[in-house]
Amino acid sequence: MERRTDKNSYTILFAIGMVVVVGSLLAFAASSLKPKIDENKRVEKQQNILYAMGINDNDEGSVEFVAKDIVEGEFSKYIKKQLIIQGDEVIEDTNAYLIDIKKEKTLAKEASYERRLPLFVGEKDGSTFYVAPIRGKGLWDAIWGYVALDKDMVVQGVFFDHKGETAGLGSNINQRFFMDDFIGEHIFSDGSFKGITIAKGNADPKNIDKTDNEVDAIAGATITGDGVTAMIRSELKLYVPYFKTLK
Amino acid sequence: MAEVVEQEKVEKVSKEPLFSKKNRKLIIDPITDDNPITIQVLGICSALAITAELEASIVMSISVLFVLGIGNVVISLMRNIIPPKIRIIVQLVVVATLVIIVDLVLKAFAYQLSKTLSVFVGLIITNCIIMGRFEAFALGNGPWKSFLDGVGNSLGYGIILIIVGFFRELLGSGTLLGFKVLGDPIEKTGLYALGYENNGFMLLAPMALIVVGLIIWVQRSRNVALVEEN
Repeated sequence: MERRTDKNSYTILFAIGMVVVVGSLLAFAASSLKPKIDENKRVEKQQNILYAMGINDNDEGSVEFVAKDIVEGEFSKYIKKQLIIQGDEVIEDTNAYLIDIKKEKTLAKEASYERRLPLFVGEKDGSTFYVAPIRGKGLWDAIWGYVALDKDMVVQGVFFDHKGETAGLGSNINQRFFMDDFIGEHIFSDGSFKGITIAKGNADPKNIDKTDNEVDAIAGATITGDGVTAMIRSELKLYVPYFKTLK
Repeated sequence: MAEVVEQEKVEKVSKEPLFSKKNRKLIIDPITDDNPITIQVLGICSALAITAELEASIVMSISVLFVLGIGNVVISLMRNIIPPKIRIIVQLVVVATLVIIVDLVLKAFAYQLSKTLSVFVGLIITNCIIMGRFEAFALGNGPWKSFLDGVGNSLGYGIILIIVGFFRELLGSGTLLGFKVLGDPIEKTGLYALGYENNGFMLLAPMALIVVGLIIWVQRSRNVALVEEN
């Protein structure tokens, strides 16, 4: 005897019912949680920018951001100016940190569009920091970060993150042992922009030579490392015309 | 006489105990002689991909324990209404929905945790252990048994992942859970002072396959009954 569940009509009805139930369940969950998730992302941006400037709760080896409840205050205390650079124009905008870099990058593919570049000018212990957001491609998905430079264009701190790099290998770009290596590195060499290369082959494993424009790569994460190199080079390059006006 | 009949009736109604011998076997077997990775050869892909570090192995094991335990129960509860013609799609929808909802809730209420876990989400949905156990067990058994089967299989999976992760991190990076247990390779302290070097090959996926192979070898030479005849 044919079972009820074998019938075509039952199968189709079940499929329709399942799609409606699951669809509305997911839509409900996504839309009711969206404000909270967006808020978390906004706070995270502020935490990341402050982290690159060296304002964090780091202890020995782990990455600790400033606490969520005080980040708003810390952000307005340390970030003195938020700039949007568009071509030769530089304007101040207190919401520059909310600019979606991913969207800007897509828009910039059209030749007529001049990409808006946010830059955060911070001040800590009397010295000025320029924090630039960068975004690129890793092995599997997007990678992004923030680079904090001083007025001589020497890196004072970085923060990197990723969407889906291999756990235990490429995902380690957001770990201290990798990010701390960038502190003190130069992005210019003899006056011209060079970026920072994630170098394999251990020429300088202790990272003593700060003017070689190189940091040590993560073993087993070559493509993610190359992605970081390319991201730093292509994205920071866009800021170079503005940086030159600072001198 | 009536009393005896009633007693018999009661005995028939009362189910087998929650942890009967048969039910205990459901948990213990997949950990040892019916291990999903070494015997059923399920879930190899994720065992290769994320075992370069012990921590990632542990996180993945816990996530799979959670998803497989609950997923098995859900599929088992639905087993009589799922149309056989589209059962695989239904299973995929159930596991994807579960994982996405958990991911959304974590993003809203435990953002940092969700960032750590986000790399695993895709790996969990596509993990063949999950689909394999839905198909082979939950579709034909009750919820409690399915739950035990889910827990047992994810424990068996987790144990192999943790063993592989342990050796790969120890021999590949000289660390365990990030702690430098063998000394500092750059400062040349501990073992490294004697000329020991980390084996970078351990960090690459092929070595995971070789470590899993070694585990299978050890397991089969200890229990000859597992060796297939051909």
